[in-house]
Amino acid sequence: MMDILLATITALLMLGGAGFALVAAIGLNRLPDLYTRMHAASKAGTVGSGLLLLAVGVHAGDLPTFARALAGFFFFVLTAPISAHLLAMAAHKIGYPLYAESVRDEMKDYDKRI
Amino acid sequence: MTTAEMIVSYAVWLALVVLCVSFLLTVWRVIRGPTLPDRVVALDMLTGIVIGFIALIAIRTGFSLYIDIAISLGLVGFLATVAFARFILSRGGRETPRPDMMKTFTASVPEPRRKSATRRPPGTGPAVRRKAKK
Repeated sequence: MMDILLATITALLMLGGAGFALVAAIGLNRLPDLYTRMHAASKAGTVGSGLLLLAVGVHAGDLPTFARALAGFFFFVLTAPISAHLLAMAAHKIGYPLYAESVRDEMKDYDKRI
Repeated sequence: MTTAEMIVSYAVWLALVVLCVSFLLTVWRVIRGPTLPDRVVALDMLTGIVIGFIALIAIRTGFSLYIDIAISLGLVGFLATVAFARFILSRGGRETPRPDMMKTFTASVPEPRRKSATRRPPGTGPAVRRKAKK
């Protein structure tokens, strides 16, 4: 009984992770400009790969493997916002335009404020 | 084959198919992305999907050593994205909009330089001016 429960949890984690990756890929293709695409790639994509890693840890069933999977998950969660922020900062500073119907751009006069 | 193994096996197959679809969609963004940062975002996403593939292969084969490979691939992907961001910052906005997609593939072939022959009227080149000074 216990192994069926564990297998079900693993299967749900795997399907959830793959679904998040699919949502991220669809968002990457459907969203209008660079900055909105970054939302899809950095949030949903990170959750997708993190859930798949957690599925490995749950499926293995021993503590060291689960700890390594958890460490990998936290590593991705820590590094994805940094890389997305750096990339958005660089693109905005160089002057890649926002989508024409964007409501506000709080970084518009960033150079004047500092 | 017990029930638990069957559940995991079917879920792995389904997740592999879904990941394949999302991989192809992301590759399409890499090919089509109009600017360089678009392609870098898609490449970042691509490393995430490949990490997911590695995790699924780890479940399928039972080797937990694949987790270390996934973590190191995540580290490499993070460093690559940071390096690309620095490159975009130092390159400046020198990207020219391309009218159609085929020019993307032929852009690496350098065109012959004929600027000096067409723009300069005859008798005003640097060699002619040097002769006139003498």
